[in-house]
Amino acid sequence: MVSIEQYGEFETSWCPGCGNFSIVKSLKKALTELDLAPHEVMVSAGIGQAAKTPHYMNCHMFNGLHGRSLPVAQGMKMANPEMTVICESGDGCSYGEGGNHFLAAIRRNLDITLLVHNNQIYGLTKGQASPTTVRGMVTKTQPDGAPSEGFNPITVAVAMKAGFVARAFSGEPDHLVETIKAAVNHKGFSLVDILQPCVSFNKVNTFAWYKERSYILEGHDTRDWCGAMEKADEFDEKIPLGIIYQNGRQPFSNVGQLATQSYNKDDLKAVLQSYR
Amino acid sequence: MSDTSINIVIGGAAGQGLATVGTLMAKAMTRAGYHILVNQKYMSRVRGGHNTFTIRMGPDPVVSITDDIDILVALDAETLELHKDDLREDGLVIHGDDIDSAGFNALRIPFKDLASKPLFYNIVALGVLGGAACQDSAIFETLLSETFSKKGDAVVEANVDVIRKSFEWVKEQKVSFSCIASAKESNTDRLMLNGNEAIALGALAAGCNFLSFYPMSPSTSVADTLITKGRGLGLKYEQVEDEIAAMNMAIGASYAGAKSIVTTSGGGFALMVEGISLAGVSETPIVTIIVQRPGPATGMATRTEQGDLNLVLYAGHGEFPRAIFAPGNVEECFYLTHRAFDLAEEYQTPMFILSDQFLADSYADVEMFDLDTLPETTKPLLKTESEPYKRYELTEDGVSPRMIPGYSETLVRADSHEHDEMAAVTEDGANRVLQNSKRLSKESGLIQDVIGPDHYGEEKPDVLLMCWGTSLGACLEAADTYEGKSIAVLHFKQVYPLREEQFMDYLEAAGEVVAVEGNATGQFAKFVAQETGFRVGSYILRFDGRPLSPQYVLKGLNSII
Ligand SMILES: Cc1ncc(C[n+]2csc(CCOP(=O)(O)OP(=O)(O)O)c2C)c(N)n1
Ligand code: SF4
Ligand SMILES: [Mg+2]
Repeated sequence: MVSIEQYGEFETSWCPGCGNFSIVKSLKKALTELDLAPHEVMVSAGIGQAAKTPHYMNCHMFNGLHGRSLPVAQGMKMANPEMTVICESGDGCSYGEGGNHFLAAIRRNLDITLLVHNNQIYGLTKGQASPTTVRGMVTKTQPDGAPSEGFNPITVAVAMKAGFVARAFSGEPDHLVETIKAAVNHKGFSLVDILQPCVSFNKVNTFAWYKERSYILEGHDTRDWCGAMEKADEFDEKIPLGIIYQNGRQPFSNVGQLATQSYNKDDLKAVLQSYR
Repeated sequence: MSDTSINIVIGGAAGQGLATVGTLMAKAMTRAGYHILVNQKYMSRVRGGHNTFTIRMGPDPVVSITDDIDILVALDAETLELHKDDLREDGLVIHGDDIDSAGFNALRIPFKDLASKPLFYNIVALGVLGGAACQDSAIFETLLSETFSKKGDAVVEANVDVIRKSFEWVKEQKVSFSCIASAKESNTDRLMLNGNEAIALGALAAGCNFLSFYPMSPSTSVADTLITKGRGLGLKYEQVEDEIAAMNMAIGASYAGAKSIVTTSGGGFALMVEGISLAGVSETPIVTIIVQRPGPATGMATRTEQGDLNLVLYAGHGEFPRAIFAPGNVEECFYLTHRAFDLAEEYQTPMFILSDQFLADSYADVEMFDLDTLPETTKPLLKTESEPYKRYELTEDGVSPRMIPGYSETLVRADSHEHDEMAAVTEDGANRVLQNSKRLSKESGLIQDVIGPDHYGEEKPDVLLMCWGTSLGACLEAADTYEGKSIAVLHFKQVYPLREEQFMDYLEAAGEVVAVEGNATGQFAKFVAQETGFRVGSYILRFDGRPLSPQYVLKGLNSII
């Protein structure tokens, strides 16, 4: 049996009250409940406040570049399908800098889990608008209000018929744990967009703001694509939490245990012979 | 040395199948025991335009392409018009009905008589070419049977019938073309492949088992070859969304234990540069193949240039070690790529192969690669006894034992931030100096491992041609044919790092050093000056998108000397 202590306790550099604390705790809890030990988990992270997560838990870690956690995570999984691969990043990292990778990862459907700490702001760089910042929000670099429409990752993922699409909230930790567990268990690419209040730089989408309008979905048919599209689009007065959409798409299978794999010399000799 | 080779140029529009005729001819000649060297020039389009497939062949090794033409196969009128000035006096033109070749030593092929339908015109051209080059039809018949075997007996028979008829027809013609000397050796074990194929095979021989890439001419055939030949050997591969993904995915795979390769050209590589820096600081092995084409930006997609040396020398922010190899021929493509994989794992830092379109598409005959004598490549650890495991342990030579995560309970943590020995983020100044110095100290090992330049000719020549990568052949032949002065060649197949004691004596002993490069600014010569203080006397530079030829180098020499 794996215990949560194996994942360790670390000092963080997050602001007191930040939603990230609850997320890293929930992740450890979910992995523990799945009976996965730290050495069975690989975490790929980008750069940002969210992306610091693997530094605050015991696990295999590759902390790469801003926006590039998905390609790294997919490379990991292709080279070692035995591992549980988790991708940790913020909304800027996943939907902005790495937006193209997000679309491609949905299509490719490798068996990995993307946890996006969505605080609707660039936290680490001190409060510029992110792709999910609502239109009109005033920031230091958007003094006339963010000019672009906010990006809804759930709608995009459902529209693309991603295999597993969920939304959670750092303020609902029990639900978050269950959602992460379901995402990890899903065979294929899973997205969990996690609403995460940034107490320092997002004064609009606060803990109270999320708490007021979010509600846990009940009786929702996660296999019904049209219904899922409707729920995905709900992000205003009400924000649904839970698995929005799920299907049984075939995961990407061109993977192998590459560290221990070596070629057969006779096969390569035959390849060379084909050039005669 | 008297020139015993002949140079065959097959010219036509894209879509006319000249590459098919050319490749079959080159292969047949390799099997006949000739040495061959191919040069392909084509336009960036799928139909039309003017393309050539050139085969230089002879009983002696062919080191370089050449501009002079012995046999010109003109599949369209434009070919004759464009190339008639390069035709040797006794040169032969082979062409179809629709071309006026009055005044040339020509062989007009009655395509309609020799083949029942246009589909076979290529094979007719091949047969006539083979016959005109005084070859035996048997080798061609076998080759066609193999090539078309999958399409069934009827197709094979039809093709063989056409080639036989074409050979017979040539025999009846009065062709005044002196036959090429017969092949000296009938070494049946020689391979025919191009630079990109050799890179792919070198990678596979080194155990490469992961490829992520985004297509870009002229690099794509490295990926093609890796996939078609490597998937049966266990290669995992993916054509990804962009070059940034390609680089980062390969790094992720390498971290998890794959032997990763990425293949691209200059523009794609520019997108990968942040990832190169990531590989540098996270100390993740990665081999990058850059097959150059002329830039800037889109440049000329299907032409050649050695213009990206500076980009690759300096790619990546921050400071970290690397090595750059620049093969001079097809054989070196294989062995240097193999070596790049070995060094990437040994030093846990990025390795580069810098080739270009000319070598990419240049078929040559090479001796069968001997897999049994290839050096064993360095292996990472799957387990460790040392507790706690420090991924970035400070060591004498800067190399920390690299563990692959997932094969024991030991956690493996890697980071793009400056980090301590345990991969924890830190901005501590003293730690920064220690870790940065540790990474850079791997350079002392890399320096010991540098493959020095090859020197050809007299030690104290009047002129020393200093070149790198794919300009080797043109320099060698120019040096060999120049009369009146002694010319030597110094060829660098590893362009970074440089180890002065391996070549300074050569530079200083020469009457004059001339840099020969396929770019406009003499990037390598300037780099040598920066590293050693030695300045070359003059330059022969080519940057019209065409490969350096001996004639081009000789012309340059004549204007210098
Ligand atoms: C290539 C690159 N561009 C910009 C940055 C600077 N940068 C670091 S994190 C970040 C935004 C972080 O926002 P988000 O991904 O939402 O993470 P958060 O800090 O909000 O958790 C930016 C712009 C960088 N590190 N690398
Ligand atoms: S800046 Fe915002 S996201 Fe970052 S740690 Fe502070 S509260 Fe959390
Ligand atoms: Mg954010």
